[in-house]
Amino acid sequence: MSALLEVEELDISFGALSAVRGASLEVRRGETHCLVGESGCGKSVTALAVMGLLPRNSVRQARRLAFDGKDILSLDEKGLSRLRGDRMAMIFQEPMTSLNPAYTVGSQMAEVLVRHRGASKRAALDRAAELLARVRITSPGMRLGQYPHQLSGGLRQRVMIAMALMCDPELLIADEPTTALDVTVQAQILRLLADLQKDLGLAILLITHDLGVVARTAHRVSVMYAGEVVESSPVDRLFNRPMHPYTRGLLSCVPVPGKVRRDQPLGSIPGMVPHVTQGFEGCAFRQRCALARPDCSGPIGRRRPEADRVYLCQIAPEEMTVS
Amino acid sequence: MSAPLIEVRDVGRVFNVRSGLLGQPKRIVAVDGVSLRLLPGEVLGVVGESGCGKSTLAKIILGLLEPSEGEVLIDGRKLSGIDRRERAQLIQPVFQDPFSSLNPRRRVRDIVALPLVAQGGASTAEVRSRVDGMLERVGLDPAMGERLPAQLSGGQRQRVAIARALVMRPRIVVCDEPTSALDVSVQAQILNLLAELRREFGLSYLFISHNLAVVEHVASEVAVMYLGRIVERNDAESLFRDPRHPYTKALLASVLTPEPGLGIPETGLGETMPDPANVPPGCRFHPRCPQAVERCGREAPETQLGARGLVECHLVAAA
Repeated sequence: MSALLEVEELDISFGALSAVRGASLEVRRGETHCLVGESGCGKSVTALAVMGLLPRNSVRQARRLAFDGKDILSLDEKGLSRLRGDRMAMIFQEPMTSLNPAYTVGSQMAEVLVRHRGASKRAALDRAAELLARVRITSPGMRLGQYPHQLSGGLRQRVMIAMALMCDPELLIADEPTTALDVTVQAQILRLLADLQKDLGLAILLITHDLGVVARTAHRVSVMYAGEVVESSPVDRLFNRPMHPYTRGLLSCVPVPGKVRRDQPLGSIPGMVPHVTQGFEGCAFRQRCALARPDCSGPIGRRRPEADRVYLCQIAPEEMTVS
Repeated sequence: MSAPLIEVRDVGRVFNVRSGLLGQPKRIVAVDGVSLRLLPGEVLGVVGESGCGKSTLAKIILGLLEPSEGEVLIDGRKLSGIDRRERAQLIQPVFQDPFSSLNPRRRVRDIVALPLVAQGGASTAEVRSRVDGMLERVGLDPAMGERLPAQLSGGQRQRVAIARALVMRPRIVVCDEPTSALDVSVQAQILNLLAELRREFGLSYLFISHNLAVVEHVASEVAVMYLGRIVERNDAESLFRDPRHPYTKALLASVLTPEPGLGIPETGLGETMPDPANVPPGCRFHPRCPQAVERCGREAPETQLGARGLVECHLVAAA
């Protein structure tokens, strides 16, 4: 079965700045695909490109961008907006910026269904109440009449999720959905997403910088660095045997409870992410990489060490030990 | 036992906030009856979720906010009786957001030099050499001293904030979410730097964070705050190995360690959120506590102080 979302060789640029280069990924039905990386690595613009929501000053190119087997690269704004909110929906980090403060929860939620499906206001409100209950909000009837500022951060994110589900989307893109939340609320929201996925067969593209979130929610992971997907793998194998030197460095930076002792330094990656402009050649990680060698400044090959795994590096798995 | 560097005694802080022109003033209890000590050479971690009062506590300890009740002693003396210059030599802050805590119009060199210049007494050459030395020590090329904060990355800015805090050679550094705005690879660099500097300069840290994994990595002692109170305190190893308060348990269970296959924890906390404008009667955690009994909503639990630290919960048997 082909993937629900297919992205092949995606390039996004802002003037001379190359934000995303040759990114490929697939999200299958019923599966959570985590796109992980640090600030500026291109993970959020990748998601925006899929939704057709990139700012005007950007250029998007791809070999293929398909939803449910159908090309969406050539869709015009009308076609895209029919797809958005209907078959694919997106939630963001800070629900306060995506909810309209001047309208009640109920009227914002209902509008989605009225606009996309031509439902009556009454039917749309019923559906909204049903979904609020589904995202485990108690007394949904009362919440429908409230304004976003009357809700806590966790509740607002639940409302966003409920709103995204109004039209039964097949793909949910979640950009750092729990980053602004406290850890206890984060766990609740992620559990909710996992349960909804199981019940509704949702495909989820989850964008995060948090490796803990990745480990606990993903089926598949793509690691982005300086605009490229440098490694893609099923989640367990990525954490148990990371391939790309950046992935290895990143994993060593995270304090793991019970594993790293006090006064024992954390792993770290020296230096900073380079600015990548058009015409950049070679591996963008090479200046920070302990394994770098002369051929790292030339074209970089894709390696497929095992089924379902790919990484972008000159160095073969058997050479991957730091002397 | 050596005398504590920081001693907080029954400190409370109330804010009266009016929302809107006609709104009723709300009484927000940010910190309520908090006592704690920081001993020389220790790192005291303070953890808790947003609104628990941990940053208000930090500001009170730094002398940036007056407590409504109680007192703070620094090195055995009342904070209110120590003048600003002397205070600056004892205790310095490093805040979360190096974007807003550094003056955007000043060069890095002047930002780091400011505490020295304010003290007076040092010659221009002396100031210059101390600033250069400190920039180098925190991993910045002294040539960066000529730049403005906007020309630096987040990690570099946090290094500047650390250099500014340490240039006075204080004994205590209050770190309030020092790595929360940083990427994980940069966070690791900053945490390693803070650990090195602590050993080298014999510093003691009050380390405030919502990130439990970070606190477990750096702290020797940990206090858990909930709605303005410390609900549990213990040495770091015991607290993380054997949490006793149900809130501490839920908090630790919620941490998503980077270990695949463990799934997402069930916290059992429900959807009620703590609201410092509306502190519940009895135990303040009872509306969210999965183990609450009738008594918890009626009676505030006593502070149990023992060999195993501090805990405030009806359900924890005195040890």
